[in-house]
Amino acid sequence: MACFLVPVAEAIVVTAVKRKVEKKERESALCQNGLQEELQAESGKISEIAEKSSKIPWGRKLRWLSNLLWGGSFLLLIEHIWHGEVVPWPPFLTAMGNPADMAGMFQEMAMVGTVMTLAVTGVWALMVWFAEHKLSDKQLAPAKRPAEK
Amino acid sequence: MYLIITAAAAVSATVAWYATAPQNRYKLNVLCLIYWGAAIMWLCDFIVAYISEGGPFPEMSAEAALLGIVVVICGAAAWLVYLLVCDPKGVFKKILKEEPQK
Repeated sequence: MACFLVPVAEAIVVTAVKRKVEKKERESALCQNGLQEELQAESGKISEIAEKSSKIPWGRKLRWLSNLLWGGSFLLLIEHIWHGEVVPWPPFLTAMGNPADMAGMFQEMAMVGTVMTLAVTGVWALMVWFAEHKLSDKQLAPAKRPAEK
Repeated sequence: MYLIITAAAAVSATVAWYATAPQNRYKLNVLCLIYWGAAIMWLCDFIVAYISEGGPFPEMSAEAALLGIVVVICGAAAWLVYLLVCDPKGVFKKILKEEPQK
C-alpha cells in the first residue's frame, strides 16, 4: 500500500547527512592538501594524513546507501502506481480514502516497510565492510611482497 | 515475476559495471544500486507476505512479467537522466563549446 514510504524517509535523512558529511570532507581535504604541501616542503616525508585519506570517505559510502534507497523506492513507486495504490491526485494514496484501509496501510508500513529498510541498510553495511576489507587487503599487499620472497 | 526480472537486471548491470570498471564512465554503479535496492525491497515484501499470508512465491503471471519489464525500463530511464545530468564524459560541454562550422 505505502510500504515504500519508510525507505523514502530513511533516504531523505541519509541524503541530508551525506550532504553535510561531503561538505565537511571537502573542507578537510582542502586543509589536508595545504598541510601536506607544508610538510612536504619542510621534510619531504609522507604524512599521516595521506594514510588516513586512503580510506573510503563516508560521503561515498552514504552515497551508495542513498542510491540503494532512492532507486529501490522509485521502482516500488512505479509498482504501486501500476497496482493503483498511488494516484497523481490528493491524497495520493488510495488507502487514505477509507479509515479501514488506513489502518492496514500503517500496519504494512510498520511491518514490510521496516523490514525493507533494515534489509537494505544491512546489505549496505555488508557492502561497506567488504569494500573496506578489500581496500585494506590492497594496502597490505605491497608490504607483504618483500617478506614472501 | 517482477522480482525475478529486476534481480536479473541487477545481475546484468553488475556484470556490465564490473566489465567496465574501474573507469566507470557510464556510472553503471548507480544503475546496479537502483536495481539491487528494488530487488531487496521486493524480496522482503514477498517473504513477509509469504510468511503472513502464504500463497504462490513468487507471483507468476503475464501482468507481473509486463510490470517487471516496465520497472526495468523505468530504472534504466532514471539512470539515463542521472547520466545526462552528471555528464561524466563531458559530452554536453564539448558540444556546446564547439564552434559552429562555416
